Amino acid sequence: MTALRYVYAVCRPFRSALQAQLTGVAGAPPKQLTHHGLIAVVSTVPEADFAEEPLRAHLEDLDWLTATARAHQQVIDALTVVTTPLPLRLATVFRDDSGVRTMIEAREEAFRRVLDRLEGQVEWGVKVYAEPEAAEAADSAGAGRVGGDAVSGRDAVSGRDYLRQRRMQTRAREDIWQKAAAFAGRLHEKLSAFAEDSRLHAPQNAALSGASGQNVLNAAYLVPRADSEEFVELVDREKDDAPGIRVELTGPWAAYSFTGEFAEEPEVEP
Amino acid sequence: MTMPSRLPEPYAQGGSANLADILERVLDKGIVIAGDIRINLLDIELLTIKLRLIVASVDKAKEMGIDWWEDDPALSSGARRKELARENAELRERLAQLEPAREQEEAP
Repeated sequence: MTALRYVYAVCRPFRSALQAQLTGVAGAPPKQLTHHGLIAVVSTVPEADFAEEPLRAHLEDLDWLTATARAHQQVIDALTVVTTPLPLRLATVFRDDSGVRTMIEAREEAFRRVLDRLEGQVEWGVKVYAEPEAAEAADSAGAGRVGGDAVSGRDAVSGRDYLRQRRMQTRAREDIWQKAAAFAGRLHEKLSAFAEDSRLHAPQNAALSGASGQNVLNAAYLVPRADSEEFVELVDREKDDAPGIRVELTGPWAAYSFTGEFAEEPEVEP
Repeated sequence: MTMPSRLPEPYAQGGSANLADILERVLDKGIVIAGDIRINLLDIELLTIKLRLIVASVDKAKEMGIDWWEDDPALSSGARRKELARENAELRERLAQLEPAREQEEAP
């Protein structure tokens, strides 16, 4: 069976060892391929799964995609602990080591430039959710305690009551939205002032993320590793405990969102 | 450099990170390099669907000026507008039922 080379990331030589148990996308341990003073982190993958046709078919399979994405991310995570990796997009595959070396040579300057810029930095993800349902639940629980005769939508007897309730409900939702949006704006302003760089991503859909509420801010912040503790504390301090607003922090990630200038690179044919 | 010791414990990352967070990064961010095996991820139907799913359809947010992500006509599906239209229709119906009763009450 022929083996192909799957490349996870490019980085500078690092001294610490990777976790001994670390495995890559097809179960093989990732290895370092050094060329021109740069390192490509690669593992061998079977051609039966990673040649163009089988790979295309696999990518249509959500289970395979999930497992592969997690394995890819696990290697990037391990690298992030010991160095500053430039993460490559999922499924970057070469025929052999010489193909990987050619790729490094062709982009050597760009790799060094981005590595210089990102050296010692990690990415933190911050999301803000608006949860009008949570706020309503809190409200109606309160109303129920105060007056036993508090009318609910179902029991509304008069049309006027019904309309008033609908209006209040709509207003409460608008209110949560306004609050969450304003809060997200302020939070982003503070966090981007602290961070070296920031990116605003499209909000995530609850159908895929499984998170409750509506995602109103999905941002990534580039933060020096050494300042990460302070950044996390800053997020914690700024968190709003108001019902209806939730803040979620993820990381540290490799600087995935900050490798953008690579897109401008001209395509170099071998 | 003793960087690992300075790094706080990971937050919801690795095994427990939500799939959307991971897919968003490994499929949509990071460096794109054409390898020897050439696959355009955007040609993969499932991936395109999944990437679309990651992106929420938030008309409301746009209304309120939170439109800092890329414009995508496919995403402004008008779900929120439909919801408002439905509520409006419901309220009008309700009003129509109430008004005759009110007129009778007010008649001398």
